[in-house]
Amino acid sequence: MGIDLALIWAIIILFGILMYVVMDGFDLGIGILYPFFPAKEDRDVMMNTVAPVWDGNETWLVLGGAGLLAAFPLAYSVILHAFTLPLIFMLLGLIFRGVAFEFRYKARDASRHWWDKAFIMGSITATFFQGMTLGAYIDGLRVVNRSYAGGTLDWIAPFSIFTGLGLLVAYGLLGCTWLIFKTEGDLQRRMLGLARPLTLALLGVIVIISIWTPIAHGEIAARWFSFPNLLWFSPVPVLVLVTTWYLLHSLNRDAHAGPFLLTLCLVFLGYSGLGISVWPNIIPPDISIWDASGPAQSQGFTLVGALLIIPLILMYTAWSYYVFRGKVKTGDGYH
Amino acid sequence: MDVDALMLARIQFGFTISFHIIFPAITIGLASYLVVLEACWLKTRDAQYRDLYHFWSRIFSVNFAMGVVSGLVMAYQFGTNWSYFSDFAGGVTGPLLTYEVLTAFFLEAGFLGVMLFGWNRVGPGLHFFATIMVALGTLLSATWILASNSWMQTPAGYEIINGRVVPTDWLAVIFNPSFPYRLAHMGIAAFLATALIVGASAAWHLLRGDRSAPIRKMFQMAMWMLLVVAPLQAVVGDFHGLNTLKHQPAKLAAMEGHWENTPGEGLPLILFGWPDMQAETTRYALEVPRLGSLILTHSWDGQIAGLKEFARADRPNSTVVFWTFRLMVGLGLLMIALAVWAVWAQWRGKLYDHRPLLRFALYMGPSGLVAMLAGWMTTEIGRQPWVVYNIMRTADAVTPHETFEVGLTLALFVIIYFIVFGAGTVYILRLIRKGPEAPDTHTPQEGGPGEPRTPSRPFSAGAETDELAHSPGA
Repeated sequence: MGIDLALIWAIIILFGILMYVVMDGFDLGIGILYPFFPAKEDRDVMMNTVAPVWDGNETWLVLGGAGLLAAFPLAYSVILHAFTLPLIFMLLGLIFRGVAFEFRYKARDASRHWWDKAFIMGSITATFFQGMTLGAYIDGLRVVNRSYAGGTLDWIAPFSIFTGLGLLVAYGLLGCTWLIFKTEGDLQRRMLGLARPLTLALLGVIVIISIWTPIAHGEIAARWFSFPNLLWFSPVPVLVLVTTWYLLHSLNRDAHAGPFLLTLCLVFLGYSGLGISVWPNIIPPDISIWDASGPAQSQGFTLVGALLIIPLILMYTAWSYYVFRGKVKTGDGYH
Repeated sequence: MDVDALMLARIQFGFTISFHIIFPAITIGLASYLVVLEACWLKTRDAQYRDLYHFWSRIFSVNFAMGVVSGLVMAYQFGTNWSYFSDFAGGVTGPLLTYEVLTAFFLEAGFLGVMLFGWNRVGPGLHFFATIMVALGTLLSATWILASNSWMQTPAGYEIINGRVVPTDWLAVIFNPSFPYRLAHMGIAAFLATALIVGASAAWHLLRGDRSAPIRKMFQMAMWMLLVVAPLQAVVGDFHGLNTLKHQPAKLAAMEGHWENTPGEGLPLILFGWPDMQAETTRYALEVPRLGSLILTHSWDGQIAGLKEFARADRPNSTVVFWTFRLMVGLGLLMIALAVWAVWAQWRGKLYDHRPLLRFALYMGPSGLVAMLAGWMTTEIGRQPWVVYNIMRTADAVTPHETFEVGLTLALFVIIYFIVFGAGTVYILRLIRKGPEAPDTHTPQEGGPGEPRTPSRPFSAGAETDELAHSPGA
C-alpha cells in the first residue's frame, strides 16, 4: 500500500477542526460579545445572523471527534480520558448556548434574560474550556501502556489558562468581524469600534504563545529555530504581522466582508503555527499519528466516504450561507 | 477503578443517552410527518396542510436543538468515560459514527436552516427538497448508529489482533445479525411515538372544543398512522425477540425470568413475577402453561436455555429486564387498542366526539416514548455484563476515573439536563397548546420590534408568529 492513510486522516481531522474553529468560532464569539450589547433589538439581530447556520457549524466538532475515533482510536481514548473534565464543561457550555438559540424566542419577556445569560455563559464557558484543552494538549500528556497516566487536574496550568483566555479573544474577534459583515448602521459602527482593541489583543495573544511555547518546550524550539526549518516557517510570523496590519487598516474604511476574511486568515495562521509546533504528534509530546493509527481497514473504509461526501457537504453548506446572504436588519429579518 | 465509579459511569451513560434518545426519536417521526404535510400542501394547496406544517415545524425546531446539544455529549462520552472501549473497538464504532456525521448530521444541519427559515427565501420546490433532505438525514442517522449498537450486541465481520478489534468485512459488520431487526423496531418506534404525540395534541384541542379543520386532520392522520404501525410493531418485535433468542440467549432468558427447563415439558409464559437473582428463581410467578414454547419456539414443547445455564458472572439482571420488557409490551398492546378503538369510532362517525377515546388518546401521548425507553433498557441492560457481547466486559471498558470525577460530572449532567430539557419541554407544550393558526389572523408582520407578537424574532422557527403572509399561495 503506497497510500499513507494516517497522514491523509491527520489532514482531514486538522481540516475538520479548523472548520470548526472558524465557523463555530464566530457563533461563540457572538455570545462572548453579548454583554457589550444589552439592548434586545441588537441582541436579536446578532443572534439572527447565525440562527440558520449554527448547528451546521457545530457539526464540525462532531466530525473531529468521530474522525479521531475512526482513524486514531488510541488518541481519541487517551486525549478524551485526560481532558474529561474540561471537555464535559465545554459540552455543558455548548448545551446552554445551543438551546438559547431556540429558547430565547420561546420565553416570555419576563424570563428571556435567563436565556440571554445562558447564551453568554454557555459561549464563554465552551470557549474557555476549549482553549484550556488546547493549551493542555500542547503541554503534552503522559501516556503509559496505551493509557493516560497523568492526573485528573493536570490540565489546569498557567499556560492552559492563558490559552483559554486567548481563545476568548480569538472567537470574540471572529464574532465581531462577522457582525461587521452581517449588520449595518449603528450596530456595525459599534462593532468596528470593538474590532480594533480585539485585533491588538489577539496579536498580543499570538506573540505571547509564540514566545511561551518554545521556552517551555525544547522540542518546539528545535522545530522552529533549527535550520532549514527557520527559513520554511519564517513566513508564518511575517504573515501574521502583515495580516494584522491589513486588518486594522480595513477597519478604517467602509468595512464589509474584509475584516472577517482577514480575521479568518489570522486564525488560520495561528492554527498553522500550533500545528507546526506539534506535528507529526497526535498525542504530544511523543506519540505520532503513525503510532496512534487504527486499523488500515477502518481508515480506508472511512476515507472513501470522507473524500466523496466532504465536498458535497461544503457545497450545500455554501448554498445555505448563500440563501441567507446579506445584511440582517432590526426587526424585519430576511424578507 | 472501583465498583462505585463503574456504576456511576454506567448511570451517567444511561442517563445522558435516555434523555438524548427522546429527541432524535421525535425528530425522526416529525421530519417524515413534515415531508408528508408539505407534499399534501404542494399537491392540494389546502391551507390546513400548510398551517399544520408550520405548527409542527416550530415544535420540530425546539426539539431538534435539544437533540443536537444532547447528542454532542454522546459523541464525546465514548472517550471520556469509556476510553478502553474506544481504544479496543474504535476501529469499528469510529468509522460507523463518522459515516453518521458525514451522511446524516451534516445533511440535517445543512438543510435545516432552509427548512425552518427559508419558506420565503427559496421556491416551494426547493423548500420541499430541503425538508426531504432533513428527513432523509434523520433516517440515515438512525441507520448508522443502530448498525454500531447492533454490532456491539451481535458482533460480526471482525478479528481481534493485538488485543484490538480489526474489521475484516464491512458488510458483515454493518449487516450484523441483529441490525435489520433493531433498525426496523426502532424506526417504527420513532413513528409510533410521534403519532401518539400528534394524536394526543389533537385530542387535547378536541377535548377543549376546538374542532377546526387542522386539528381534526391531524387527529385523523395520527390515528391512521397508529393503526398501521402499532400492529406492525408487534410483529417486528416478535421477530426481533426470536433474533435475540438465537444470538443472545442469556438476555432472552432474563427477559422471561426463565431459570431452568423441566425435562420433556413445554415452557410456560410467566406473565408476572419477581425474578430473584440471588435465589435463582422467579418468585410469585403467574404462568400460562406452554405459551412460552408457543411464542418463542413456535412449537408445543420447545425449550430455550435457562439463566442457570450461564455462569453467574455472565447473567444480565433479570429483575430489571423482566419488568422493562413487560412495560414495553403492555404499552404496545394499549397502543393497538387505541388504534382499534379509533377505527371503530371513525366507522361510527364520531371520531372527533367520542370523549373517552379522546381522553385515552391524550393519556397515551407519552406512551410511545416510555415504551421506547423501556425497550432500550431491556436490550442494553440485557447485554450486560458485556459492552461488546461476549468480547469485552463493561467493567474492562470504563475509563479509570476517580469516583469524585464521575460523580461530579454526573451531578452536573443531572442538574443541567433537568433545567434545560425541562424548560424545552415546557416550551414545546406551550407551542402545542397554542395550536396551528391560520395566517390571516396574524398581526401584520411589519410591526417591528416592540410591537406585540411581531417578528423581532424572525429566525426562531418556533417563534410564536411567523411569516405565513408571504407564503406561496397565501
